[in-house]
Amino acid sequence: MTEKSSYILTGARVVDPSRGIDEIMDIGIENGKIANPSEVKGSEKIDLSGLVLAPGFIDMHVHLRQPGNTASETIRTGTMAAAAGGFTAVVAMPNTNPPADNAGSIEYIRRQSVLEAVVKVHPCGSMTKGQQGQEMSGIGTLKRAGVVAISDDGKCIQNHEIMLHVVEYSKSFNIPILDHCEDDILASHGVMHEGYWSTLLGMKGISPASEELMIARDIILARMVEWKIHIQHLSSRNSVELIRNARKEGIMVTAEVTPHHIALTDENIKHFDTNYKMNPPLRSEEDRKALIKGLKDGTITVIASDHAPHTETEKLVEFDYAPFGIIGLETSVPVCFTELYHSGDLSLSELISKYTIGPARVLGLDSGTLEEGKDADITILDIDIEHNIDASNFYSKSRNTPFDGLKVKGKAVATIVNGKFVFNTLMG
Amino acid sequence: MEGIWKKKDLLSLYDLSPEEITYILDTAEEFKKVSQRKVKKVPALRGKTVVNLFVEPSTRTRMSFELAEQRLSADIINISAETSSLKKGETLLDTAKNIEALQVDLIVIRHSAPRAPNFLAKRLKAGILNAGDGSHSHPTQALLDIFTIREKKGKIKGLNVSIVGDILHSRVARSNIWGLLKLGANVTIAGPSTLVPREFTQIGVRVCDNLRDALEGADVINLLRIQHERQQASYFPSISEYTNIFGLNKESMRYVKPDALIMHPGPINRGVELDSSIADGPQSVILEQVTNGLAIRMAALFLVAGCLKGRDTSQ
Repeated sequence: MTEKSSYILTGARVVDPSRGIDEIMDIGIENGKIANPSEVKGSEKIDLSGLVLAPGFIDMHVHLRQPGNTASETIRTGTMAAAAGGFTAVVAMPNTNPPADNAGSIEYIRRQSVLEAVVKVHPCGSMTKGQQGQEMSGIGTLKRAGVVAISDDGKCIQNHEIMLHVVEYSKSFNIPILDHCEDDILASHGVMHEGYWSTLLGMKGISPASEELMIARDIILARMVEWKIHIQHLSSRNSVELIRNARKEGIMVTAEVTPHHIALTDENIKHFDTNYKMNPPLRSEEDRKALIKGLKDGTITVIASDHAPHTETEKLVEFDYAPFGIIGLETSVPVCFTELYHSGDLSLSELISKYTIGPARVLGLDSGTLEEGKDADITILDIDIEHNIDASNFYSKSRNTPFDGLKVKGKAVATIVNGKFVFNTLMG
Repeated sequence: MEGIWKKKDLLSLYDLSPEEITYILDTAEEFKKVSQRKVKKVPALRGKTVVNLFVEPSTRTRMSFELAEQRLSADIINISAETSSLKKGETLLDTAKNIEALQVDLIVIRHSAPRAPNFLAKRLKAGILNAGDGSHSHPTQALLDIFTIREKKGKIKGLNVSIVGDILHSRVARSNIWGLLKLGANVTIAGPSTLVPREFTQIGVRVCDNLRDALEGADVINLLRIQHERQQASYFPSISEYTNIFGLNKESMRYVKPDALIMHPGPINRGVELDSSIADGPQSVILEQVTNGLAIRMAALFLVAGCLKGRDTSQ
């Protein structure tokens, strides 16, 4: 059935938050586009009764590691993991080696994606040369080369004047900024959240203030320049509050949260597993609850995994020396459907919006919707299936996840990109 | 009391029950007697090999462990970071596995990274003794402190123990806090507020901002070495300000009970955290702590070695 160019998906509960749709209905696909099912002629019907059909999920925070660190992930394996996790598009962060701070790098990623990627890869360019926070990258050239956004992810521009100029300059090219907010000095040498557990464990903490100060800075600059800044991987309750207030004032600031900040807290560090080491760090239970509240009230419009592959060798060292980051593409949906939907915190439509229209709006993408005529990027979910996460089955090249073995409810069962099944566990 | 100790590692006092802590102290009492004999050596660890893996430099703890091992008749190998393959980029786990491949029974490790000993303990059959890991834990230091208190005061339960200084970066403080709380002491911490984390109140520790409150009513005062190195410079203004406000001197001694013990894990900064006259005075038990450290380390090595059974070294 994957070779057919037109067919009708029937019987599924269609949830499309971009248009407020949540009902059982047919979706037609013709020539890779969403089509009116009554106008799709003589086509095969695929029965999806009992399943949920949504616009293709977008993970706007992914490290594909190519070029430079293909031992941990490649465009091929990363996008296969994305497809298996229900994602039809990913935004590839620019902290590759060399960093994607020039048109040539973006061109390379785009060409490799044409050859190897199974889902859409939207490149993100770096804000500053070499991600050093000193000199602006060729942002206009990057835009022309096809980046959907710019970011120094993993690092944060410490010099406010440079950041101001990046914001002003990006506005003229209509490029959104994705910012990793962190004050380097406050966070220096930190390995976990600064709080009760870091005090008990004697580990160097990362104060939430290191994130909050830079978010406050970004909000001030976004207001001044009247341009979009998207705050990556929010972790603290005060960060949520800063963004909530800014959005109330109409400042163009948006925010994302990761599944691990939703599901885990700093207490997990006591197990001393380096798969709980990430930046920003897992914070307190109060912070976790505030992030969920932020999703519920619309302060946070995006869930993004910050998929950060590392080899076992890199992670199997003393906690202090282990690199930050965990993979997330294949656990995002199961973890978030368990922690946010089955917990009763978010409705199905609210949750799906964080994976679809939420990121599409931040990036200005013409996707995240099932509107007729758009690319047929579709995620099909079994939201009630109970299973245990099994990292040994991952498509990702890396295994650095704290969720291995976790009992969860819900997962993607098929993923369609441009009308073609790129992942399919359904019969047929 | 037989058979209370069942652990192949000594990692932190947080992991131990009050009974286990007491058992180590009781065992150390027996070993203390050994060091008072003419012949100070016993064959308890004869045929066992102990590696002292000091990834972070140490003088007194290393010497104390080494002497304890010698008195127990163990075979000893010393490795320090400067002379090991760690300098060549070998990982800690590989270094430790290579040591284990030589059928080593016990590894005493000092490391700057918190919980590096736990990391090894989980993955090796050899027994691991933590000789200090970053700011996390220093169990034998806390045990020798508690041993000294028990010896002098006859008990731990109900005593008021004040720990003064840089609590934030101190593995000695963390270990003492856990051990003392488990044995029923009342623990107070004091020092510059930037170095005394409030979070400790959540486990039942009293936090004082001024020295007088911490000194009054204390049965034991444990002073920590204060440092004013570059990376810590922003925590308090200067050594002289520290000495004026938080140092134990003739003036602040007015608030100290005449029978209170003055302790310090060493090395002391004379005239900084405490006056010379107090360090050498009648209430000071600082050198007895050092003596007792030997007994505690002999006990710890002996107990941990006794739990390696079931380990087939022929494999």
